[in-house]
Amino acid sequence: MSRKTLTLFDPALVKPAIVDAFKKLDPRLQWRNPVMFVVYVGSLLTTVLWLHALGGHGETSSGFILAITLWLWFTVLFANFAEALAEGRSKAQAASLRGAKKTVMAKKLREPRYGAATDTVAGTDLRKGDVVLIEAGDMIPADGEVIEGVASVNESAITGESAPVIRESGGDFSAVTGGTTVLSDWIVVRIVVNPGEAFIDRMIAMVEGAKRQKTPNEIALTILLVALTIIFLGVTVTLLPYSLFSVAATQSGSPVSITVLVALLVCLIPTTIAGLLSAIGVAGMSRMMQANVIATSGRAVEAAGDVDVLLLDKTGTITLGNRQASAFLPASGVTETVLADAAQLASLADETPEGRSIVVLAKQQFNLRERDIHALGATFVHFSAQTRMSGVNLKDRQIRKGSADAIRAHVEAQGGHFPADVSAAIDTVARRGSTPLVVADGVNVLGVVELKDIVKGGIKDRFAELRRMGIKTVMITGDNRLTAAAIAAEAGVDDFLAEATPEAKLALIRQHQAEGRLVAMTGDGTNDAPALAQADVAVAMNSGTQAAKEAGNMVDLDSNPTKLIEIVETGKQMLMTRGSLTTFSVANDIAKYFAIVPAAFVTTYPQLAALNVMGLATPASAILSAVIFNALIIVFLIPLALKGVPYRPLGAAVLLRRNLLIYGLGGVVVPFIGIKLIDWLIALAGWA
Amino acid sequence: MKTLIRPAVTLFILLSLITGLIYPLLVTGISQLLLPDQAAGSLIEREGKLIGSRLIGQNFTDPKYFWGRPSATGPYPYNAAASGGSNLGPLNPALKDVVAARVQALRNADPGNTQPAPVDLVTASGSGLDPHISPAAADYQVARVARARGLPPETVRDAVAQQTQGRQWGILGEVRVNVLELNLALDHLPLTKNP
Amino acid sequence: MTPHAWLLLGLYLLVLLLLAKPLGVYLAAVVEGRAAWAARVGGHIEAGIYRLCGVHPADGMGWLSYGLALLLFNGLGLLATYTLQRLQLWLPLNPQQLGNVSPDSAFNTAISFVSNTNWQGYGGETTMSYLTQMLALTVQNFLSAATGIVVAVALMRGFARHSVREIGNAWVDLTRITLYVLLPLAVVVAVLLVGQGVIQNLSPYQEATTVQATVYDAPKLDATGQPVKDVQGNPVTAAVTLPTQTLAMGPVASQEAIKMLGTNGGGFFNANSAHPYENPTPLTNLLEMLAILLIPAALCHTFGRLVGDARQGWAVLAAMTVLFVVAAMAVMSFEQQGNPTFAALGVDQAAGNLEGKELRFGSADSALFAAVTTAASCGAVNAMHDSFTPLGGMVPLVLMQLGEVVFGGVGSGLYGMLVFAIMAVFISGLMIGRTPEYLGKKIEVYEMKMMAIAILVTPLLVLSGTAVAVMTTSGRAGILNPGAHGFSEVLYAFTSAANNNGSAFAGLSANTPFYNVLLGIAMWLGRFGIIVPVLAMAGSLAAKKRLGETSGSLPTHGPLFVTLLIGTVLLVGLLNYVPALALGPVIEHLLLWAGR
Repeated sequence: MSRKTLTLFDPALVKPAIVDAFKKLDPRLQWRNPVMFVVYVGSLLTTVLWLHALGGHGETSSGFILAITLWLWFTVLFANFAEALAEGRSKAQAASLRGAKKTVMAKKLREPRYGAATDTVAGTDLRKGDVVLIEAGDMIPADGEVIEGVASVNESAITGESAPVIRESGGDFSAVTGGTTVLSDWIVVRIVVNPGEAFIDRMIAMVEGAKRQKTPNEIALTILLVALTIIFLGVTVTLLPYSLFSVAATQSGSPVSITVLVALLVCLIPTTIAGLLSAIGVAGMSRMMQANVIATSGRAVEAAGDVDVLLLDKTGTITLGNRQASAFLPASGVTETVLADAAQLASLADETPEGRSIVVLAKQQFNLRERDIHALGATFVHFSAQTRMSGVNLKDRQIRKGSADAIRAHVEAQGGHFPADVSAAIDTVARRGSTPLVVADGVNVLGVVELKDIVKGGIKDRFAELRRMGIKTVMITGDNRLTAAAIAAEAGVDDFLAEATPEAKLALIRQHQAEGRLVAMTGDGTNDAPALAQADVAVAMNSGTQAAKEAGNMVDLDSNPTKLIEIVETGKQMLMTRGSLTTFSVANDIAKYFAIVPAAFVTTYPQLAALNVMGLATPASAILSAVIFNALIIVFLIPLALKGVPYRPLGAAVLLRRNLLIYGLGGVVVPFIGIKLIDWLIALAGWA
Repeated sequence: MKTLIRPAVTLFILLSLITGLIYPLLVTGISQLLLPDQAAGSLIEREGKLIGSRLIGQNFTDPKYFWGRPSATGPYPYNAAASGGSNLGPLNPALKDVVAARVQALRNADPGNTQPAPVDLVTASGSGLDPHISPAAADYQVARVARARGLPPETVRDAVAQQTQGRQWGILGEVRVNVLELNLALDHLPLTKNP
Repeated sequence: MTPHAWLLLGLYLLVLLLLAKPLGVYLAAVVEGRAAWAARVGGHIEAGIYRLCGVHPADGMGWLSYGLALLLFNGLGLLATYTLQRLQLWLPLNPQQLGNVSPDSAFNTAISFVSNTNWQGYGGETTMSYLTQMLALTVQNFLSAATGIVVAVALMRGFARHSVREIGNAWVDLTRITLYVLLPLAVVVAVLLVGQGVIQNLSPYQEATTVQATVYDAPKLDATGQPVKDVQGNPVTAAVTLPTQTLAMGPVASQEAIKMLGTNGGGFFNANSAHPYENPTPLTNLLEMLAILLIPAALCHTFGRLVGDARQGWAVLAAMTVLFVVAAMAVMSFEQQGNPTFAALGVDQAAGNLEGKELRFGSADSALFAAVTTAASCGAVNAMHDSFTPLGGMVPLVLMQLGEVVFGGVGSGLYGMLVFAIMAVFISGLMIGRTPEYLGKKIEVYEMKMMAIAILVTPLLVLSGTAVAVMTTSGRAGILNPGAHGFSEVLYAFTSAANNNGSAFAGLSANTPFYNVLLGIAMWLGRFGIIVPVLAMAGSLAAKKRLGETSGSLPTHGPLFVTLLIGTVLLVGLLNYVPALALGPVIEHLLLWAGR
């Protein structure tokens, strides 16, 4: 995606938006927004009245009707413009995505293995299950999963991140995205999507769909706005009989004109929020895209704003992915050096970061140099899920390292004894939040290697922020309770789930949901898929497996697990912007009443001038000023609609008080000032 | 829907009987037993003849009687079988006219009295049966009544004071004078309460 | 406001709030079926009723059945009330031989009493037989009140329950509320009223020989009973001397008690609670005012109990109380000001505006009563609102226009207020960036639809009804006062009818087919046009999961929420009526004081 950020009123966006604003005058489009449709009909009505007035039978001066008519049309156009501008921005983003979606030719493998014969086919013809070979310099034709090979991939087209990433078969780094480019080596990829289902397609659809598919809250708000419109329609329509009666009862003045009633109606109905409503929705989705998150629907983004509980994997999210050996704790009667030596031997062939860190620590602390396992005639014992140990077999030694339980079982199975002091050391290590790794040589338990978890810098602040948002964080880890508790305390999460199995995760989510909480979780592995599917908001890492991505309702292209905070903020912003502008819009009505009501009936009841608290110059300028204010405020609020009302992680009550003051009280006060100012300008120009 | 009809009809009939017959008859029974005078209307009898109720005002226009609140009942004032107010709005010229006429009537009956007329003597009551006037309104009429009856004003003033009721519990309502009871007292007529 | 007015208001609020709490707790026990004391006394009657009705009290109803049950039950009430009026001449307990009520008036009155409006196009003592007063009107005073309460209870259950379809059993709720709440309270209040002088008898009207005979001009009638006219066509009048006063009688106290407790407001007599036999002393006045707001205030506590958080009830009660106090202070101040047009006439107005008011109540007790009766959808009056000062009369009008939610009718006030609360949480939920929720229930599209109907119905009825009336000859014919006040009379009538209040700017001659029919429609739709969506909302809420409270959810019990609720009520309730009010009371006020 293009990283270029367009300024709010970038001429490249404004010009087409102006054109679109006129194109959107199509009644079929207007009908979709009932509130603005009322304005539209009102504008048509006053236009007819104006033409009628030109013919000399006007209900009031044609100049006045023209002025009102023009500003009513501007109101419609401004709302159209706001929508067009928001769409323009999203389209610009989508266009840059489309650029990435060039048709590429793919080398389709006849058999799913490296070296098989290939056919060259168009990328768009690839179906799910096809297997392709991608070599250095090739563009990946579609989303898929690496089944063989390893390659560095440039994903900047999707993530904007220029540093290449490694994609390899197996594990959690096997997913590749269409439109990205392989920089080196080769990979064999199994395509996992059919044409039109790829991420980029989904992103483009999301942008374009933001306008069409209203979110539940948007629908609910629309109902409220329509209800208000119907009421105010009733208010203005009945004013004509009231005015006729008043004129008859007092034998003075003339009834209120239709033009004034239309002006009053347009001023009263919530045009400000209605005119900006779809712009807010489009802008929200566009912000999600800027954050490199693909949501399956606007509904998912809104739901993110409601999240109460956030489940986070410890590893990679809260801690740096890798634990590091930090100490050797020998059993009694064993020296530290012996332990370190054994541990290093057992780890020589262990390519995991933990294994490497043991080798490095032994080297640093005891100057034990790495030895060549082939020279030692050693055979490396790989970690297996059954034994949950790894190690090395030398001629007469069987060195094993593994979790305490595994080693205990291993030693006791051979008739050995698990020393009590090692058990104590294990507890101590666990209590510190580290992971104990026990090393045994044959039946002799040598001691414990402490593997320390490194909590990510700054993560504690992020959790504090979430807490202020009202979101509870729960750390999920496979570690035992003691370890988990220590890390949880260090990272500042509210709760943790230790010794987590996929079933336990699922149960935890269900339990929170049963208590009436909305649960969000991030995940990347295949075993996260059930939990992701159960969670209300599930963000899958783009680097994760296909299963995870399909189970989630959002995908984070940056694969940054704390992205959820931004997602929540965006969700909240969308709602807050709508709520605040609704409040503002309705609060505006007070001032508009004070401007229009005295002006509309002053011929019948001159004493109503007492309500002209703004001291507006003439009845005509008062009504015109209110209409102009009503139109211009839409333009003035476009930046707010597009950027969103800023979210601050304060408590609900504080946030409400703050927004009520700004948009409620502001909504009462601002129009008094604005209308007075416009009236003053009109008077200054001598049009009053 | 069908299953709802039987309970609806039955319940309606049963609750109607309970609340529409048993309840009012029960209250009537209790009242007749414990509070017969009040339940019957706080009636005043003179020589076995009903002359009114302590709670219902009567129409007085004779200068020797204290006048009560103007009554807007139709077709004649203080019609206790058709209560009601004037319902004239504050800006209605008819209200201004009728108040002006009442002020004039008071003046005509007592030309020497130049005090402003107390508002309760020139505005119609809500029920048209208001039995009370304010002490100010009584005071306003003392001179006229005393003159018409040939009594010293102090005697009349004493009678007023005797018939003046304070605010209930010192907070509720207004200080007031019962016009009918005051006029009966002035007539020195033997009163017997309705048994 | 005078010191006396402050004291009165303070005393009233104090007693009201003290009584409301225990009653609210008791009400909660009754509707949850755990009022052991009540069951011991009335359990056999209750069980007998269910047996006769074929009702299984444990069976719950979905909202649709519940609503249908209420509609059916109230439909029967409508039929019975109409029939009794139309046949009263041939039925017993009619000592004055009052004739059968006209079809349009009977139609209007039947809807009026069934809808808890108790708008009265007729004068009680000149129209209704004792049997009609008892078996038609008193019955509906009970049953319409019970209907309002059970709807509120159903809505409370919607919030309190979760993941269920049933919102209670309408028959059981109606029976329990009537037997265990309304009936005992009514007996107590009725006897207290009699003690102060409210009448309670079945005697014919009493003929008293007055101290001074009344002389008045009456139109001369010819032998056929037609008015005699002179050559110019004006009716000829002759002075008539009337030595007697006819005292209207009747079972007043029993009707009066439930008229207040059930926020019905339909007076036994034409003058309603201004009549000395309905409201003889300032103490009965206090008692009646307390009876009006007692159950609406208590229901707030019931609400708190049922949803399991007493603070929620307090919050709603606080919002209502604040709005009420402001309104009461306003009416009391305006009525104390008096009428500036009298200034030049030599009138001492220290007592305030007394036109249409009883002296024993004065301007303060009358003004407070006006605020109470229109804050609640009672509509009983102890003074003629039509003769209030323009702004003094506007406050009752506004209290009704807010949707009768400042305490409001029994039940209806609470469910109306909860509709506003839902709106307030919707807006505020959006403003803090969360899907709105109230009491753990998400407010979603369905609730918003029902809320929209509930807030749309009454303003549209009021505004369009008023428009029709001022545009038609038959509508304008009823107006008594000229100019802007005449407009206010019509506006008040439709406001009162659609909001089920029942008080009036009584100068309007509304006992005509035109008004009887139009206002009848407004009352029916204003009642059931809200009850149905409220029940639908209750059903939808009951089916939802109850969300847990977190620090991110908006607290709905603090001062902030109370303020927000008040703001929503004022803004949404009032904005609809600003132009109409400007053309009625506001301009009248400006004219009145400009002409000074």
